[in-house]
Amino acid sequence: MSDHPTTSPQSRYTVADRAPRKLSAFLLRWESILVMMLAAVIIGNTLKSPYFLDPFNLADATYNFSEKAIMALIMALLILVREIDLSVAAIVALSSLAIGYMGEAGYGPLPLIATGLAVGLVCGAFNGFLVTRSGVPSIVITIGTMSLYRGIAQVSLGDQALTTYPQRYLDLGQSYLFDWPPTPLSFFLFLVLAICFAVFLHKTSAGRQLFAIGANPVAARFSGIRVDRIRLILFTVSGLLAGLGAVLLTARIGVMRPNIALGWELDIITMVILGGVAISGGVGTIGGVVLAVFVLGLATFGLSLMNVPGIVINVLLGLLLIISIAAPIVIRGQSGRR
Amino acid sequence: MSLLLRYREGILALIIALMVTGISLYAPPFGTLSNGVGVLNDTAFLFMMALAQMIVILTRGIDLSVAANLALTGMLTGMFNMVFPDLPALIYVALALAIGGGLGLINGSLIAFLRIPPIVVTLGTLAIFRGTIVVVDGGSQVNTSDMSSTFAGFPKLELFGLSSVFWIAAIVAVLAWFFLGQTRSGRGLYAVGGNPVAARYCGISLPYQQMLAYGISGAVAGMSGYLWVARYGVAYVEIASGYELTVIAACVIGGVSIGGGVGTVAGTLLGALFIGVIVNALPVMQVSPFWQMAISGAVILAAVIINARAEGRALKLILPEARRAAAQAKR
Repeated sequence: MSDHPTTSPQSRYTVADRAPRKLSAFLLRWESILVMMLAAVIIGNTLKSPYFLDPFNLADATYNFSEKAIMALIMALLILVREIDLSVAAIVALSSLAIGYMGEAGYGPLPLIATGLAVGLVCGAFNGFLVTRSGVPSIVITIGTMSLYRGIAQVSLGDQALTTYPQRYLDLGQSYLFDWPPTPLSFFLFLVLAICFAVFLHKTSAGRQLFAIGANPVAARFSGIRVDRIRLILFTVSGLLAGLGAVLLTARIGVMRPNIALGWELDIITMVILGGVAISGGVGTIGGVVLAVFVLGLATFGLSLMNVPGIVINVLLGLLLIISIAAPIVIRGQSGRR
Repeated sequence: MSLLLRYREGILALIIALMVTGISLYAPPFGTLSNGVGVLNDTAFLFMMALAQMIVILTRGIDLSVAANLALTGMLTGMFNMVFPDLPALIYVALALAIGGGLGLINGSLIAFLRIPPIVVTLGTLAIFRGTIVVVDGGSQVNTSDMSSTFAGFPKLELFGLSSVFWIAAIVAVLAWFFLGQTRSGRGLYAVGGNPVAARYCGISLPYQQMLAYGISGAVAGMSGYLWVARYGVAYVEIASGYELTVIAACVIGGVSIGGGVGTVAGTLLGALFIGVIVNALPVMQVSPFWQMAISGAVILAAVIINARAEGRALKLILPEARRAAAQAKR
């Protein structure tokens, strides 16, 4: 029945390491569908606008999604273990506030960056502490901390804005890291982090543990995986990367207001879900999330080149999200109804 | 007194009473009757929307699209009013219920029949509803000057000093209490949330209960949309932006379990009142309104963590009689 070398002929069951490879299964894989969607977006946009395939335009387009994409990587891991962090955008606001105050106080770029990262780290660790200690679902905890963190930013700043930053810090967000191919720092960091996350999740035993937790947290605990410690670490990293997002975003726009990054949490979750990470946990790949980031980012960029208003783009992205999740369910339901 | 403390609703009511007393001592104008009426009028929207959200959360779901639904339905009824002015106000209410309910049923069918997780569906429809407003009205506003007197006047009608919006919220609360406690469908919502598998074996249809929950949630959001637009005299894209999270916060403070199957009408109303008192107390106490968000965040965290400790000991019981019996046994 199987030509798997390690299976003895006496065994009644064959436990294969991976599912048998079939072309139809490969084509119906979520990542393959995303690749097709990405190709459709690129071809469609290239035909519609002569400005789409310009390297400098594309480089500038990455500014609009790189910070969110970095935060989507860790959100993917959180959703994979059945958690969620709705407070990431609020952490961006609080980190950005700290960066803004440091800027006003006249510090250089390095202290600014360190402050942003540290504030994010602390906020994320606080989330993780509450989630692991209280046993309350993380969606509830992070709705609370979302209000708390953004609330602190509002209390401190009111309707004011912080606008004093050293030029060398602003350059981080506003100039290219390499001139050719034109690569903004944020996009470069996203690519590097995506590779790190992919290797961690798919090639290390710690990464496999995340799948085990997502599939069944209780069973994972009984098999010796330190579920709560891993949750705590993931929330802390989520805060840290939100801090990184704040560093990049503040440098890019050069101004801090309390409503900075408002609503980003939903954009980030959209990236993750479109990337094929199951909201019920245990299923997902970093490759899928990266592809979804490009599909969403390039679709948004292409539509704005065609002068489609931002809010209409939101409608289309919302439709894309629902249709792309619904279509495979409908197709599978037709072919394999029991 | 000890009876009061045995129920979470009792503790929450006590906390609110202490808060009101404390604030009134600090800032006497807060303790007046007219201010109390003002708080109730102001919180009326949150009362209704939180009750509807509770019905969804009972089924282990969540409806993030309520505020977008409110804005879209409010805009559509506002535009309908420009074409057909001076109809009786109840027609506008009925229209808003129908539009909102229809939008809710879209959520419901995606969740019930395609089995897409509720958070995904309503995240998507949140963006779609909100964006559709711009598509239908081309980015403009509906202002008071565009509204007929029957349309704009209805939410400002008063009975015993309380606005019609409050009385509608009161009717919604009575209906919710009757529906959740006394009808088969209402009990079914607790059953599918408490234990979906057992509910299935009892012959309770999950798709039916889900359609019902999201339909109700949408209808209430839609009706609030008309009332909101008429009361505040403007309809545009951004109204009630982010309000869905306040609504969910009210439920969570009121002891509705996000895991489904646990929640009471009284608790949810108190949760909403709690937020309403805080929001209205800040200006009276001359605290900057910017504090509101931070305080409600801290309160949500405190409330859920205290709840979680209480829930850890208590069992999830579907029937109020059983809950009372358990409380008796514990005593």
